[in-house]
This record gives sequence, C-alpha cells and structure tokens, in this order.
Amino acid sequence: MTQTVETPTLDTGFPVLKGGIESLRDPGAVLRIPHLPESVDEVPTDDETMIINMGPQHPSTHGVLRVMLELRGETVLRCKPVIGYLHTGMEKTGEDLTFLQGPTNTTRMDYVSPMFNELVFSLATEKLLGLEIPERATWIRMLMCELNRMSSQVLWLATNGMDLGAVSMMIYGFRERESILAFFEKTTGLRMNHNYIRPGGVAADLPDGWRDDVRKILDVFPGRLDDYETLLTGQPIWQERTQGIGIITADECAALGITGPILRSTGVDWDLRRDDPYLFYDQVDFNVVVGTYGDTFDRYAIRLNEIRESMGIIHQILERMPAGDYRAQDKKVTPPPRGRIDESMEALIHHFKIFTEGFKVPEGEVYVAVESPRGELGCYLVSDGSSKPYRMHIRGPSFVNLQALAPMIQGGLIADAVAIISTVDPVMGEVDR
Amino acid sequence: MGIEQLNHNFLTGKLEDVVRWARRNSVWPATFGLACCAIEMMAAGTAHFDLARFGMEVFRASPRQADLMIVAGRVSQKMAPVLRQVYDQMAEPKWVISMGVCASSGGMFNNYAIVQGVDQIVPVDVYTPGCPPGPETLMHGILTLHELIRTGEITRRRIETGAGAGLTVDRPVAVGTPK
Amino acid sequence: MAPDTPSEGEAEAEPEPEPAPPPRLHGALASESRGQTVVHPHRSEYLDLVRALKDEGFVMCVDLTGADYLVKSNRQLPDSVVAERFEVVVNLLSLAERRRVRVRVQLPEADPRLPSIYELHPGSEAMERETYDMFGIVFDGHPDLSRILMPDDWEGHPLRKDYGIGRIPVQFKHPSGAQ
Repeated sequence: MTQTVETPTLDTGFPVLKGGIESLRDPGAVLRIPHLPESVDEVPTDDETMIINMGPQHPSTHGVLRVMLELRGETVLRCKPVIGYLHTGMEKTGEDLTFLQGPTNTTRMDYVSPMFNELVFSLATEKLLGLEIPERATWIRMLMCELNRMSSQVLWLATNGMDLGAVSMMIYGFRERESILAFFEKTTGLRMNHNYIRPGGVAADLPDGWRDDVRKILDVFPGRLDDYETLLTGQPIWQERTQGIGIITADECAALGITGPILRSTGVDWDLRRDDPYLFYDQVDFNVVVGTYGDTFDRYAIRLNEIRESMGIIHQILERMPAGDYRAQDKKVTPPPRGRIDESMEALIHHFKIFTEGFKVPEGEVYVAVESPRGELGCYLVSDGSSKPYRMHIRGPSFVNLQALAPMIQGGLIADAVAIISTVDPVMGEVDR
Repeated sequence: MGIEQLNHNFLTGKLEDVVRWARRNSVWPATFGLACCAIEMMAAGTAHFDLARFGMEVFRASPRQADLMIVAGRVSQKMAPVLRQVYDQMAEPKWVISMGVCASSGGMFNNYAIVQGVDQIVPVDVYTPGCPPGPETLMHGILTLHELIRTGEITRRRIETGAGAGLTVDRPVAVGTPK
Repeated sequence: MAPDTPSEGEAEAEPEPEPAPPPRLHGALASESRGQTVVHPHRSEYLDLVRALKDEGFVMCVDLTGADYLVKSNRQLPDSVVAERFEVVVNLLSLAERRRVRVRVQLPEADPRLPSIYELHPGSEAMERETYDMFGIVFDGHPDLSRILMPDDWEGHPLRKDYGIGRIPVQFKHPSGAQ
C-alpha cells in the first residue's frame, strides 16, 4: 500500500477498471456471493473455509447490519452484507404524507444527520414549487447542517474508536456531541429527528443568544480535536490498525457509485457543496479534504478534518447571517404567524387548511442532491399536482456505500473487518429506509 | 462461633427481598440497538448521563449474559424473528423495556414493514415514550423497572394476569417469588 | 449534448412527424425537467444509451429506482414517448464535467423487464435488487436478482400502487384490571 498513488484528475475522468470488469466479478467483490443461495446451510463449502455471520445483532455493526464472511483461517475470502433488517417502508409512508409532513418522515432515515434528510426533501419540494426562500432561512439551514455535520462526524469518531478498542474516544465523542445537541434542542425542541427544515424555510427562528451558544461550541471544539489527534492520530496502535487497511481505489469507487469521505479518501476531490452548490455554499470558503491511499486511516483523517472545515464555515455564517424572515412569506405554503391566529378567523382557517390538506405542488419530477456527512444524499420526487408526493425516493449514501464493503474487506483479516465496517459509516436507517 | 457474637455489620431480611434487591442493582442490558433510539441509548451510557450510577453501564454483547433487553427502535418484519431469538437466548429472569414509540406501537410508521408494537413478539415490562426518548426518559423507564423489580410487581402481574405477549411463556418469567 | 442522428431503435414508440425534431441525446429523446436533463429511451435502446453516456463521461450511476404510474394518467413526457405503467429512473453523474443526466425508461405492465446495467455500472447491483424487490421489475443479466430489503418469502412488491400501505387500525384499550 505504500506505493505512490496517482491522484486522479477530474479532467481526464476515470479510465475503465484496471482489472477490467472481471476484477469486480471476483467472488465477494460486489454486494453478493455469486450463484449462492441466501441460505448459508446449503452452501457446499470447502473444508478449509468457514462462513460466519456477524449480526444483525452485533455490537460492532452499527445497527442491524448482517455481514456474511467466508474465512480461510483468519483471512476473509468473501464478504456479503445482508440488509433489510430495518426496512421501515418510509418511501411508501412518504406517499401518504403531505409535503409539509414529509420531513417528519425523511428525518428518521439517517438519524445521525437528520438535518440533511429534511434539507434534501425540502429542496426538492421547493424546486417543484419554484419557491424562493429568504436569505436568512438559507443561512439558518447552512448553520444547522454544518453543526449537524460536526455532530455526525464526532459520533463516527466515537463509535469508530470504540470499534477499535479506543473506548475513551467513545466517551469524548459523545461529550462533544451533547454540546451540539443541546443547541439543537434549544432551537428545534428535539435532540434528534427535528423536523426543523421544512418546505418554505425553517420551523422557527434561531433562539435568543444563539450566537453565544454557537461561539461556545466553536471555542471548545478546536482543543478537543487536538485531544483526539493526541489520542489517536499519532498513536502507533491506532496507525497499525488503520493504515493500509480496507483500501479502495478511485476507479472502484466510481464503478460502485461510492461518494462522500470514501471517495475523497482515494484522492478524488468531489464534494457537492463545491461542485454542485446548493444553498449559499458558493459564497463561503472551505477546503475539500482528500486522502491519498484510500485506506481506513485516510477516511479517519478526512472526517476529523471535515469537522475543522465545518467550523470554518460556521464562523463565516456567524458573520454573514442577515436579519429577515426565517420562512418564505408565500401564503400558499406558509402558515400565518401565531399571533394572527388568535385575532383573525381567516388566519385560523388558513392555518388549519395548510396543516390538514397541505399545499398543492405542481406536477413534475425532480432529483436534488446534497452532500451529507456520508456522501451524496439525493431525493427523487414526483408530484402529480396534489398535496402529497406521488413518489418519494431517497438515495441514501450509506445504501450505495455499503457496496464498498466487499472490495475493502476481501483479502483482509477478520479482525480488520470491524474497522472496515465502521469506516464505511453506514447508518442502517438510511440503508434500509 | 455463634451468631450472638456478631454485634453489627449485618442486616436481616427475607431471602426473597434480598434477591430482589440484588437483582435490582445489577441489571445488565443487552445491546439491542435498532434505530434512532439506539443512539440515545448509547448516549445514556456515556459520561454526560452516566448510566453507571444505577449499576447498568455494562452493555453485554451476548444475550446469554444479559437480563434486560432494551428494544431501542422500530422492529421490522424481517427483524422480528431475530429479536425473538435473542430474547429466548437471554437467561431468566429477564425484562424488556420498549424504548420509543416505534417499538411500543409502531409509531408514525403504520405500514406493511413495521411490527406494530414489540409486545406482539416479546412480553414488555416498561414502555418508554418519545421519538426518540431522551436519555433522561430512558433512565426514568429504567428506574421504573428497578422499582418493579424491587417490589416484585412484575412477577405478580405476570402470574395473575398473564400480561405481556403471552406467546411463549412456557415457564414463569421470574421464578422463586411466591404469590 | 450534440444531438446525434437517430441511428437505430426507431421503434414504434418514436414516429417523427414534427417539422422541428425534438432534441435527442445519443439517439433517444431528451427533454428538460426543472432545468435537469432527462432522456427517454425505449427499453431496446436503454443499454446502448447508458453505454454511450458512460463513454461520454457519465461514469457514475448515482441512483436507480422505479416508479409505478398506475393511478396517474397524465405525465409530462415528450409527445412520441408512450407512457406505460412502470418507469425505471436512472441518475448518471459525470464527475469530470460535473453534469447529471436522468434516464427514464417506460416498461409495460404485462412485461416489466429491462436489461441490467450491472456490466457497465457494478454499483447498480444493489439498486436494481431494490427496484426488483419494491416494484417487481426484472433486470435481465443481473447476477443475483433476489429480494434485498424484504424477507425472502415476502409476497408482493410493496411500492406498487396496488399494494396497500398495510395500515392496521390502532386499538386503544384499558389495561386489564383498571376500570
């Protein structure tokens, strides 16, 4: 793994796979074990190999992921993730909820970064509506998303640390996450599953004193990140367990549709915030952190440093947050202010209609993608002109990224499997939806 | 050495009470994180909320070593048999906390994929409301369970009313407690 | 982007009576939807189109999903595209040009089959399985077309419009013993 890796440039695009398509058809190279039935019992195995199941109830599989591993000794020959243990039917339920209720549904998909799920659904709805939202609402969305990115990456550091035996990282990571969740609770009323970002803006304005709260978070974090670096980055055990483990190449990522930190760890600087800007990301400065080797250590370093980049973005948001409305003043979409409901019968009726019938969204179909902490989070939305989506599909990055598991684990040691599963950062709510 | 020589450092009580007291103070939960609630369950175990105060910070990876199952999250139709199997593997006496509305009643996901309440599969002792319940709510649920264990309420209820799922209870859930 | 001349696959779906021919992308009809490029190939042209797009630089298959238009008759489609019940929607991404293109293929109810693009984009493997699981659309040439989200013995394809949401009525009852 120590050979120099050519950083692919975006101008040339990607060549075909080095080993040709056949390289991906090796056993275990993709999300399947070819020509094998689902039932493990019927598999005619070589005497030397053994198939073991990790999960679905396993402490290190990040939720209810089941991974079938075929081993020879301690070496993993093939790997197949089995998913669906958390299938919630959210896409079906989404067809039964109005566009205003939609974020309550999507926010429960990726429960580690709920803001992004709300955001992508809201952006898709607004694109169908052709609705412009006020500047302040956009900046608030960016603020909440970047804070959420920090809490998500910190949670990943915590669980990844625990998976590799660095239990103190677990305690530190959750401590930092609590500080962000306290701000979320103050703003949205909930620690998770906020339903804060809605079509037309956000649910409520930022609370009084929000700048101080955010500054307090930003003041504490840099020192804590340095602590993590001391605890993990330079530590020989950590390096031994992560460097050169779970390597994936840029070509494999492109072929498998992998996005997010896994793609960036291979040296491809691809970040939708910069390359397909949404909100006001084209107005803030930040770096896209990339790796070189595509191994577990690179992905760790990328996620750690993305927290720093998010903090830089939040500093800029703090400076630039304008005054104004926190939701669009479009009577079709926005309920009247609370105060008016008490005085005006029309306002009461208006409020009632928006929350029971919902608003009608013009016919059409649209695909919108945002950069979640795990990769490209997309929403494909079809409207038939009524107040409910005709079809709502979420492209969860974890669902696609899980396909990287097989090429990364194959040929490695069983002890590294846990590190590699952790480094994909799958959130099963989003994988199974 | 006769008992009359012991002047202090001992208490007397019914064996039953002592057993309940011991059980109450050493409940070991199994890691059974399913969805959003699992994150809050983990948060409850970390330093900020410190579940260790109640003697419960040791989440056991193996159901054989655990006596409390916290069903943290929505239970899908595909997961239900697995859940039941994990429950069956746990040693008696065992308890179940249904954490969050999805586990308790299906929550907002009243559809084909989700089991509408985990009490259809396993007997539940304490339901914790919320979506997700905060760590404080979970702790309240846990303390409620402690109180139920301490007073023996669970065993009485089970034996008298047959509450819970009533699917498999081929032996009394808690043994050794009269009435 | 350069509209090629339609070379093949001029099937029954695409007569060309208009004086100004509609825009085409690699021989398939193209349209715009909210500023996004959409291509509508016939299913016989689908594989060639995806191959041509891949050669053009759309190296990543970001998303592949389906839609069931059973109860929605009116749809925005180019005039010469015959609307069918099922639709497969593929989102392709060009990293080099930072462009996206969406492919929508119509599939009749009687025979919902489509060639698999697994050979071109191995990453579509899980997505095609999901589409099969949820809609019952068969992908010819897929290495392992089996259910992915639902249990293996599940009947029906949940996201079809004639498949009910599966809601069960919520029953509230008094706890036994309480009045």
